[in-house]
Amino acid sequence: MTSTRRRFLRQALMAAGGVTVGPARVRAQSTARVVVVGGGFAGASCARALRQADPKLAVTLIEASPTFTACPFSNAVIGGLRELAAQQFTYERVAAGGITVVQATATAVDPSTRAVTLGDGKQVPYDRLVLAPGIDIRWGALPGYDEAAAAQLPHAWRAGEQTLLLRRQLEAMDDGGLVIMSAPANPFRCPPGPYERASLIAHYLKTRKPRSKLILLDAKDTFSKQRLFQAAWAELYPGLLEWVPLSKGGAVTSVDAATRTLVTDFGRHQAKVANVIPPQKAGRIAEAAGVADRSGWCPIDPVTFESKLSPGIHVIGDAAITGAMPKSAFAANSQAKTCAAAVVRLLTGAAPTAPKLINTCYSLVAPDYGISVAGVYQPANGQLADVPGAGGVSPADAPRATRAAEAVLAEAWFRTITGEVFG
Amino acid sequence: MPNAAAAVIGLALITAAAVASAQPPAGAASCTGCHPSSARISSPVPRLSGLDRDAIARAMQEFRSGQRAATVMDRLAKGFTDDEIQAIAAWYATPR
Repeated sequence: MTSTRRRFLRQALMAAGGVTVGPARVRAQSTARVVVVGGGFAGASCARALRQADPKLAVTLIEASPTFTACPFSNAVIGGLRELAAQQFTYERVAAGGITVVQATATAVDPSTRAVTLGDGKQVPYDRLVLAPGIDIRWGALPGYDEAAAAQLPHAWRAGEQTLLLRRQLEAMDDGGLVIMSAPANPFRCPPGPYERASLIAHYLKTRKPRSKLILLDAKDTFSKQRLFQAAWAELYPGLLEWVPLSKGGAVTSVDAATRTLVTDFGRHQAKVANVIPPQKAGRIAEAAGVADRSGWCPIDPVTFESKLSPGIHVIGDAAITGAMPKSAFAANSQAKTCAAAVVRLLTGAAPTAPKLINTCYSLVAPDYGISVAGVYQPANGQLADVPGAGGVSPADAPRATRAAEAVLAEAWFRTITGEVFG
Repeated sequence: MPNAAAAVIGLALITAAAVASAQPPAGAASCTGCHPSSARISSPVPRLSGLDRDAIARAMQEFRSGQRAATVMDRLAKGFTDDEIQAIAAWYATPR
């Protein structure tokens, strides 16, 4: 008998005997309280999937911001191809679906009393908790890069004001300027993201400021969809976009915000515009809740997404350590629905079933040039592993019509997933 | 008390089974990342709900074997067994 089943039976027995116990522990399964922290692709998806799986569940979504600003397609905003408003969504329809949306910052979790503490000190009790806090920047991990430096050298890795700041800097730059980006070591949010961003900044420079140049300094020697990106760069942006891998001195070791200088072991690169994509970690509530390990990310059970460090707390999305699954919006949505199904089963005393999850990520290399990576995942050896033989990237030899079709599908995907999650 | 407890447990297990049967089979929940379920969403990617069971299963099998042209579905279909494909097809073909 599992501990969950044992606990459930104990609750059932106590309920039958009319025993009065603390409200956090004993609830009939149909009125169980699930609290979700974080209203991004993972958290909002999970809140909705929970209500859909069991309309009697009391689901609370805690999110600090009244508006969600989506990262996918934010590189198109930076490249001047799209407005930030197209990235922004509210929680009105989520709330209209019977989810209690609380606009507040979750500051602490007490697993023993099963309650989340909000910024104003209020407590929100739960029977099961789902944390979907996304990422935080690991300030200080890159010497010289702190919050003040980010106002000069935007990261734009959490979409919003930072996205607009980088765009405005590019718009203000004279033709002939040098733009420098830096990409971090693994793991980080959106593995193909730095390369899509480099592509769309190169597209902006090519069409608006063609004497300019972009250098991408990388702390890695390999990256997602690498051969597709590099082939497209050679075709679309020859001489304009230069990628410097780790082995050629690409790792940025410090920055000087005042002079917009990125320092590597091989030299100093002074930019007119610099975009530093810094090292990251799980959003801060993960650490406060005790579900992040020394890596800064959250180990989870691959069937239920329950924390390996703190029972009763599930972690989904970018914050979780999910093996072969990348930190993407599609993956977060897939994990959210899997986690919701597991939570409902656990609350009713049923054993969770082994899931299969999917990821599909599109990247734009130009407005009419899309490429993708896809994968199917299943639990194996305590992790989420690729299903052998499935998945992979767009064909290397595809005609431009296929690239154009994938650009259209990329946009369709964004409309669909944001409609499903927020619409 | 023992009888009451047994009744509560019995009821709970029935409820658990009912909830479980209403849950999508492995992989099915992920489809709506691209295939809209909401009627408010327009997309070139087809809605799956209400499609014919055999049509969904045949499409998946043809994507998997490479007989049917695809952008990503060929790569994704290879991750599913015949039984899983049948379960997913049945799930989307069933009105709910």
